[in-house]
Amino acid sequence: MAGLADNATDAEVEAYLAEQDRLDTLRFITCGSVDDGKSTLIGRLLYDSKLIFDDQLAALEKDSRRHGTVSDGMDFALLVDGLQAEREQGITIDVAYRFFATPKRRFIVADTPGHEHYTRNMATGASTADLAVILIDARKGVLAQTRRHSFIVSLMGIRQVVLAVNKMDLVGWDQGVFDTILAEYRGFATGIGLDKVTAIPVCALKGENLFERGSSMSWYDGPTLIEVLENAPVDRAQADGPFRMPVQWVNRPNPDFRGFAGTVAGGRVAPGDRLVVLPSGRTVTVKRLVAFSGDRASVQAGEAATIMLEEEVDIARGDMLSAPDQPAEVSDQVQADIIWMGEEPLLPERQYRIQLGTQSAYAAVTDLRYSINVNTMEHMAAKSLQLNEVGVCNLSLDRAVAFDAYTGNRATGSFILIDRYTNQTLGAGMVRFGLRRATNLTWQALTVDKAARAAQKGQKPAVLWFTGLSGAGKSTIADLVEKRLISLGKHTYLLDGDNIRHGLNRDLGFTDADRVENIRRVAEVAKLMADAGLIVLTSFISPFRAERDMARALMAEGEFLEIHVDAPFDACAARDPKGLYAKAKAGLIRNFTGLDSPYEAPEAPELRLDTTSLSPEQAAQGAIELLQAKGLIQ
Amino acid sequence: MTALTHLDRLEAEAIQVFREVAACFSNPVMLYSVGKDSSVLLHLAQKAFFPALPPFPLLHVDTTWKFQAMYAFRDQRAREVGAELLVHINQEGLAAGINPFTSGSSIHTDVMKTQGLKQALDKYGFDAAIGGARRDEEKSRAKERIFSFRSAQHRWDPRNQRPELWNLYNTRIAKGESIRAFPISNWTELDIWQYIHRERIPIVPLYFAAERPVVERNGQLFLLDDGRFPLHPGEKAMLRKVRFRTLGCYPLTAAIESEADTLPAIIRETFTATSSERQGRMIDHDQSGSMEKKKQEGYF
Repeated sequence: MAGLADNATDAEVEAYLAEQDRLDTLRFITCGSVDDGKSTLIGRLLYDSKLIFDDQLAALEKDSRRHGTVSDGMDFALLVDGLQAEREQGITIDVAYRFFATPKRRFIVADTPGHEHYTRNMATGASTADLAVILIDARKGVLAQTRRHSFIVSLMGIRQVVLAVNKMDLVGWDQGVFDTILAEYRGFATGIGLDKVTAIPVCALKGENLFERGSSMSWYDGPTLIEVLENAPVDRAQADGPFRMPVQWVNRPNPDFRGFAGTVAGGRVAPGDRLVVLPSGRTVTVKRLVAFSGDRASVQAGEAATIMLEEEVDIARGDMLSAPDQPAEVSDQVQADIIWMGEEPLLPERQYRIQLGTQSAYAAVTDLRYSINVNTMEHMAAKSLQLNEVGVCNLSLDRAVAFDAYTGNRATGSFILIDRYTNQTLGAGMVRFGLRRATNLTWQALTVDKAARAAQKGQKPAVLWFTGLSGAGKSTIADLVEKRLISLGKHTYLLDGDNIRHGLNRDLGFTDADRVENIRRVAEVAKLMADAGLIVLTSFISPFRAERDMARALMAEGEFLEIHVDAPFDACAARDPKGLYAKAKAGLIRNFTGLDSPYEAPEAPELRLDTTSLSPEQAAQGAIELLQAKGLIQ
Repeated sequence: MTALTHLDRLEAEAIQVFREVAACFSNPVMLYSVGKDSSVLLHLAQKAFFPALPPFPLLHVDTTWKFQAMYAFRDQRAREVGAELLVHINQEGLAAGINPFTSGSSIHTDVMKTQGLKQALDKYGFDAAIGGARRDEEKSRAKERIFSFRSAQHRWDPRNQRPELWNLYNTRIAKGESIRAFPISNWTELDIWQYIHRERIPIVPLYFAAERPVVERNGQLFLLDDGRFPLHPGEKAMLRKVRFRTLGCYPLTAAIESEADTLPAIIRETFTATSSERQGRMIDHDQSGSMEKKKQEGYF
């Protein structure tokens, strides 16, 4: 270990530790493909910072002789990750974290793969980085990949970039090559907001301009890589900005103590300071900053805090304590950049769980404004986002949350989207701004309400949601049920798939995205009709569980009855009342449910009607009995 | 106000993880294995919830072959901190006579540690287990998430990990599934020692050199910790000034001869040493890539 002699006295060790205690951390990310020498660069940094033990070094020498790609000497790339084995196991795709230190600073490196398919992993590594090292192979110059990496770096809010032009030995240490690459890169980088670029010609293999200057490029008089890393400012803006602390945990060991615990996300705070609680807007005063080793006089961004307030207020996890003069925004609608990480595409109007700071809610993309080609930065019209795609979206949340723009505060302006069913992390988002629509739009208070309208008709509103494969018998059964209800004197309306698609939804096709929108509109119409006091019947394939659940969530408790009209695919295909299965099998119709588009059967429908064993009349009777059992009709 | 130091940032990150576990899970537990990393973990847990006690019990999966000094230290620390201590021993393994001498280190570790841990997690129905693993310990750990998902069978799938961005953790799980949370993921060996020094954290005395009865076997020194260490013909007990760089089952953990009986001396010795920390730990040598395999099967 650098800086500590093996015959140091205890006092000398104490002095060394005192010095170490003062060091700060730089977190950085390295990008570049394997061929650009990224692993060699990292391996060399670990080696030169003397973090490699003798037993590891012996293993490296052995491995270099056996697997190494370097004819003489050691292959530093092998230090990093026995890449061969990793690729065999298919986990090269993943970000790895590595650690080294110099006498001036500690470093945490996010080592990320370069391939386009792994954009999400690069974004993951970049999300916590202060600086990015972008590698370029001097022989190849600026590639599409260089642009993509730079764009992701910029998108994730990193402003400091080191352009390491590697393999200078293979271009004869030529300054002209370096200057040409740098000029081209700068022209492009400033366009995406990367204006703090330090370019360094290096040879990672020989260690030139990493730790040591070397003699091969006397024309270069700029800093070495380690000098840049040691002196790069760690983002202080957060500590100088307005106070923010999302409440993570309410600490209540006894009735006399209530502390609000969290990590300070911006600014600083001291006892006596006034704060505003968001989203409620209540103003409070800091009483004490409680800590294990004694109360603190102040705490700042990046620190864990436990705040006691003068006032007795009801504050829970998810609330945000904020500077009152520069409060965070509060809205239930935001515009954001989203990097999609799910295998299944992002679909507008589908509900996802959103985690923003300590706040948890449901959110749907109401407007996918455009996607961004990560190689060319072009904006493109999009109906969905695929894995690794980036898009700009408007999101609507089911409740108001407190946040900042990502450019102002990475901690309070970032969020993740989570699948409601699989719990997978599907996307990462960066808030651009809040959409004010939420605060401008107020509901008209109406004197005639749903209950009044229903009472006028002498009935209780309900939505009978028939779902099932094409040809399962939905429309036939719904039609019979409606006739029975009319004969009972009920006021009804039947929304049928084909009819709606000829009018309200004639702009929609059969892609997953359009199917989601189709069902969303139908659900909203059904809701309006239920609000009018009607008993609504809907007859749609409605193949996705998420949209049916969304429809259910729109209606009042107990009002939504999901009826699964169940017949196996083969039975429906044999019936084929509209001749659709024949066409689909002949390849004339694409995205056909059950064939090349999925049907997600209901897990717990209010009623399941097996139409291979029930006649349409028996099935309709089943639906009527369900309404009776639920007390919706007599 | 001065900039946050390296240790300040690591401490804050760890405390955030502790609080997130407490806030998002209904039945969390902290794995406590008595070593120095566990000591740091316990200290951080105290800090995260002060003035309350950590809102979860400590769980020690006991192989019954730990050093006597570890048991004494464990019970004393739990008492001092006021934490509930759960001790789980794989009774089936015990009944089957599994031990480090005749069963071999690999089987002993699998049955008494890995299987024992799974038994304990199932028995108490924990939905989150906090552990002290660090990314710098081993290559497969370098890729593990801070909140690491486990299937209902406790398996880790390195190829299908949830992306983990910023300090936003996805804590959502279905019934039966669980999360292992690693608050000190980003700490290195030096950070641990530096933090122990800065915060005056108590550690097991075995880390400090003292005259101890040992026997030499295969070029390594083993402590004669109790009467269960069978001496081979020709082997004899001797007194040596030794200490331990890492603590596990005493018949599987070699001592080093050392004069380091103060914290600074240990730190000097550790960081001017010429071999890496885990070399003294025998389970890693059984087969290459062994840690990744063990982890997939549920080892911590």
